[in-house]
Amino acid sequence: MKALRNLFDNLKPHVEKDGKFHYLHSTFDAFHTLFFVPNRVTKVGAHIRDYIDSKRSMALVVLAMMPALFFGIWNVGYHHYLATGVEATFMMMFLHGLIKVVPIIAASYTAGLAVEFTMAQIRGHEVNEGFLVSGMLVPLIVPVDVPLWMVFVATAFALLFGKEVFGGTGMNILNPALTARAFLFFAYPAQMSGDFIWISGLSAGEGIVDGFSGATCLAQAAAEGFTGTLHNGLGQAYTFWDMFLGVIPGSIGETSTLMIMIGAVVLLVTGIGNWKIMLSFVLGGLAMGLLLNGLAGYSDNAYMTLPAHYHLVLGGFAFGAVFMVTDPVSAAQTDKGKWIYGFLAGFFSIMIRVLNPAYPEGVMLSILLMNVFAPLIDHYVIQGHIKRRLARATASAK
Amino acid sequence: MSKITKITQGLDIPLQGGPQAKLVEAPKPNAYVIHPTDFHGITPKLKAKQGERVKAGSPLFFDKASPEVMFTSPVSGTVSAINRGEKRKLLEIVIEPDAQVEYESFTKGDPTSLSPEQVRQNIMLSGIWPSIRQRPYAVIANPNQSPKSIFVTAFDSSPLAPDYDFLIQGQEEAFKVGLAALRKLTTGKVHVGIHAEKTKSAAFTQAENVQVNRFSGPHPSGLAGIQIHHIDPINKGEVVWYLDALATATIGKLFMKGAYDATRVVAVTGSEVKEPRYVKGLYGTPIKNFIQGNLAEAKDYKPRIISGNALTGAKAMEANGIGYYHHQITVLPEGNHYEFFGWALPGFGKFSFSRTFFSWLSGNGKKYRLDTNFHGGHRAFVFSGQYEKVLPMDLMPVQLLKAVLIEDVELMEKLGIYEVAEEDMALCEYVCASKIEVQSILRKGLDMMKKEMS
Repeated sequence: MKALRNLFDNLKPHVEKDGKFHYLHSTFDAFHTLFFVPNRVTKVGAHIRDYIDSKRSMALVVLAMMPALFFGIWNVGYHHYLATGVEATFMMMFLHGLIKVVPIIAASYTAGLAVEFTMAQIRGHEVNEGFLVSGMLVPLIVPVDVPLWMVFVATAFALLFGKEVFGGTGMNILNPALTARAFLFFAYPAQMSGDFIWISGLSAGEGIVDGFSGATCLAQAAAEGFTGTLHNGLGQAYTFWDMFLGVIPGSIGETSTLMIMIGAVVLLVTGIGNWKIMLSFVLGGLAMGLLLNGLAGYSDNAYMTLPAHYHLVLGGFAFGAVFMVTDPVSAAQTDKGKWIYGFLAGFFSIMIRVLNPAYPEGVMLSILLMNVFAPLIDHYVIQGHIKRRLARATASAK
Repeated sequence: MSKITKITQGLDIPLQGGPQAKLVEAPKPNAYVIHPTDFHGITPKLKAKQGERVKAGSPLFFDKASPEVMFTSPVSGTVSAINRGEKRKLLEIVIEPDAQVEYESFTKGDPTSLSPEQVRQNIMLSGIWPSIRQRPYAVIANPNQSPKSIFVTAFDSSPLAPDYDFLIQGQEEAFKVGLAALRKLTTGKVHVGIHAEKTKSAAFTQAENVQVNRFSGPHPSGLAGIQIHHIDPINKGEVVWYLDALATATIGKLFMKGAYDATRVVAVTGSEVKEPRYVKGLYGTPIKNFIQGNLAEAKDYKPRIISGNALTGAKAMEANGIGYYHHQITVLPEGNHYEFFGWALPGFGKFSFSRTFFSWLSGNGKKYRLDTNFHGGHRAFVFSGQYEKVLPMDLMPVQLLKAVLIEDVELMEKLGIYEVAEEDMALCEYVCASKIEVQSILRKGLDMMKKEMS
């Protein structure tokens, strides 16, 4: 630690204003502040400041994703061995998952950090920590068999065109991680949908048990409608609890509602996640689910009979509710706006999921749609606030 | 009794070193120091020259824009130095005191029997007028306007704040006379804001011919801006004046004695003070006289001395005089040190309004030795919903600040900038994870508004 401190102290004069390597100061600061909270003191305004900062907040969001990540890693291995019919221990499953998932994380972070550092250098800003979160979100919402180069390209695209062109962290309209996911979905539909990509090894097709199906629960419900049960690749029925625990195929980190809920607890206790958005998103999803259940009798779309509470534990709904829709930058900023925004995002998620046959999952598109509408919602909330102020002024003038 | 206004949003930052109820006298200084920089937005014009003899209450300077309001000397003596800074900015007026204080004489008498004009003139000439401030803009009250009401704050909720009940002891009668004088200055009501549980002094709770408003809850419940917002909010075109109970007592003494009595009791507080207590001295007494021999031994840090409280006070040197608006000195450890992986550690000893550090497990009641480290770097507005938790106003703080940043005067007005001052939003600055300089942004907006409207 002392040696590190000395290293930074020795390097510092070179990147300061008159130093030879001043142009590298953003990069230097990024590493320096990673290892040391700076010695900077308050100059104007309040003399004391809260210990919380952007690094702490972002790091906690990443921490909150860890249960879902570790479960996802195990789940990848579990499904791989289920598909290949090999008896495997817990460690084997976990190791297989690690081998599959770690490169995806690495690809996402490499692309992201490259973009972040370059842009910070160009702008002369400090490197923003927002990418710590996006870089972890991306691996959790892609299928396990996604080619690594696609992860790399999609992440770089999302950060450049979803965030940096708007002015960087805090200025973006769309959630960067979802932008990456949407890019993958629309740019490489062949590799990003179908029944083969969700389970490790299935697309390669070697050593797979005869008749094994890699269809996700949502794909099954969309194809056959809900006939009372959803089942795994071998045709064994899932219970609701299987789906809640997440022992189902799907994107790496999205399957386990339980693990995601643990993350939600971390976010809510620390006050980083917004409970209003989470709650209203779930309520919106439930409302649409119940509405569809009620209308199922008038339609021949059998998907509509899927019980509303199933929607909450399937696909990316839970993950979206806790980690995606709550992104403070792309969400509505006003209190009332948050309720409206969250509710509509949940509502449209299930609507797109069930009623649009082209998309197996609606959460991503619904949240992106509401990201676009969030500033409009805020605008009307602010106008309402201004009107109320005006009314008070007029009342007082009388 | 009036109903209690419950303030729910806010925060009492648990700092170490709150004042004990013990009063000592500050040693007499050989020079008093007056800082025209205490008064925001004035252009000081000197009235007293170097070497000139002054009495307590003699004018030292005035504001170019409002020449009838005098800024006066707290003691009698000789103006020994006038110190200027860059661009000849007037920084200090130094006065060498006489052995015995001589007073300038002002109108003496019961304010209820004086005309409003006489009351106003008396306060303006004596040098007490600057203690009356106004919303909008949080500047010295414009004596040519008529406020719709006047708010007197009778408790201070700021970190380690002095207890006004203690400060008012012996000045109860003066406070009463002061209120009577204030009633002459408005056709509306005079309000006295007290804390529902903590305020015990009868001078406050039983104040007559005024409306006593009771507030409960954490800081910023004691700030005039918050109290005005909840009791008689300011709309466009309206003006409200405010001052604290001690300035009110000083006004009272002016009418009782016909003299400007600049005595004040200052709470010396903070974790770096050996014995946090109250010290009596005149306005203008250098800070070193208040803290002499009472600073804890500096080991790993240098102390930062603040005239005022930790949220809104001014960084001061020991030789500076105590600020015009301050009844408190806070001494905190300077935080100019690096911390290895500070942002990643569990943080049991790090107080945070959020629960992102484990310190929240140690529960209420624990006091912290907080330093002046910035704890991070500037970021864009990324997080939302933080400010609203510490701002008990029906106001959109982030939107307001953004309106200031884009210099949209019309939007600032619509979002209610008239109602706020920096101090109201100081807690927003404290809790901000993006480390946005809320107070200076807001001040920029207020100055912009004031310029636009004049």
